[in-house]
Amino acid sequence: MKKQVSLFTEYTKGLWDQNPVFKQVLGMCPALAVTVSAMNGIAMALATTFVLTFSSLIISLIRKLIPTQVRIASYIVIIATFVTVVDLVMRAQFPELSKELGPYIPLIVVNCLILGRQEAFSSKNTPLRAVLDALGMGTGFMIALASLGGIREILGSRTLLGVQVMPDAFDPWLVMILPAGAFLTLGLMMGGLNQMVLRKKTREERELAARHLQKPKMSLEHGQEA
Amino acid sequence: MELILIFISAAIVNNFVLAYFLGICPFIGVSNKLSSAFPMGLATTFVMLLTAIVTWLIYHLILVPYDVVYLQYVSFILVVASLVQFVEMFIKKVSQPLYRALGIFLPLITTNCAILGLALFIVLKDYSFVQAIFYGLGAGAGFTLAISIMAGIREELELANVPRAFQGAPITLIVAGLLALAFMGFAGMISV
Repeated sequence: MKKQVSLFTEYTKGLWDQNPVFKQVLGMCPALAVTVSAMNGIAMALATTFVLTFSSLIISLIRKLIPTQVRIASYIVIIATFVTVVDLVMRAQFPELSKELGPYIPLIVVNCLILGRQEAFSSKNTPLRAVLDALGMGTGFMIALASLGGIREILGSRTLLGVQVMPDAFDPWLVMILPAGAFLTLGLMMGGLNQMVLRKKTREERELAARHLQKPKMSLEHGQEA
Repeated sequence: MELILIFISAAIVNNFVLAYFLGICPFIGVSNKLSSAFPMGLATTFVMLLTAIVTWLIYHLILVPYDVVYLQYVSFILVVASLVQFVEMFIKKVSQPLYRALGIFLPLITTNCAILGLALFIVLKDYSFVQAIFYGLGAGAGFTLAISIMAGIREELELANVPRAFQGAPITLIVAGLLALAFMGFAGMISV
């Protein structure tokens, strides 16, 4: 195993380097299904973060008590318990939001992001690290869902968080709020982000190569001067 | 007649993958070859059928009479997990070649949200027992259809010159988007 990383990186790695949606391609079902508007995306991400954080905490606390053969089943029961809590709270406090998200709140149970973090991280690390990791992943999930929902909401219904941002002359793109729009937007976003990363990498490589080329030259010049 | 409509509605009009976004993980993960995508679809259909039957019975014979409906998520997911385990054991006993062919994909069916989604939708739509069975079959057929079409396209796509940044998941998502557009042609055909 690698050396222990700092607590800060434990949190920040989920934001970008290991962003659950863009980099790990986990938790796609809710990411695509509920992001008709930015608000829905944020609510979904908050619910997911809550479940992720608390199940990570519990699982990390009892990680030495769970027999390996039945670990997946135990994780799922713990996750399902917290999802039930979220579902009941949302139904009582935010009935409209709960109706709009519909069956996708209970479906947090099978969000591969949550089970994946338990299997890959919480079951091997201390509670503090597990919680930080969960919060980071949750924030990364929120960044992805909010941006995806924002883009779809602006283009599909001219609004952002319910406030009109596009002029009336702009015809809403109906396709953006339909299922097809979700696939297309996320595909293009991921492709665009990959393009950015690739370009940065090639630029760094080129700079490195240029520096390597310069060095012998400079020593040669020095040699000539001497 | 109504049962056939439920079947067609679940399979084509409200396709689980392309309209409800359920089961995206295997849809993207296992759809690179037709020879593995089709058996995966069949295994999923089988689990869906069993899930529809068992969860309907549990919901209507245990959860509702004893007034413990709040346990439905916990009990449903346990049912799905144990069903998948059972199917795995059964296939291993009956047909070794099929078991080896499906091997890795079988346990993954547990985390397929389409299965749990199916159980939840049956409760939500208040289907009768027979309706639930047809709904489960339709959803499975729709999943098989979607993942097989996708695998067919991706086999062709391997020969195409895709920009480096779009290789893998991004191009798959865009193809899925175009497929969803095509399936939208069925929208409004049946309203069940």
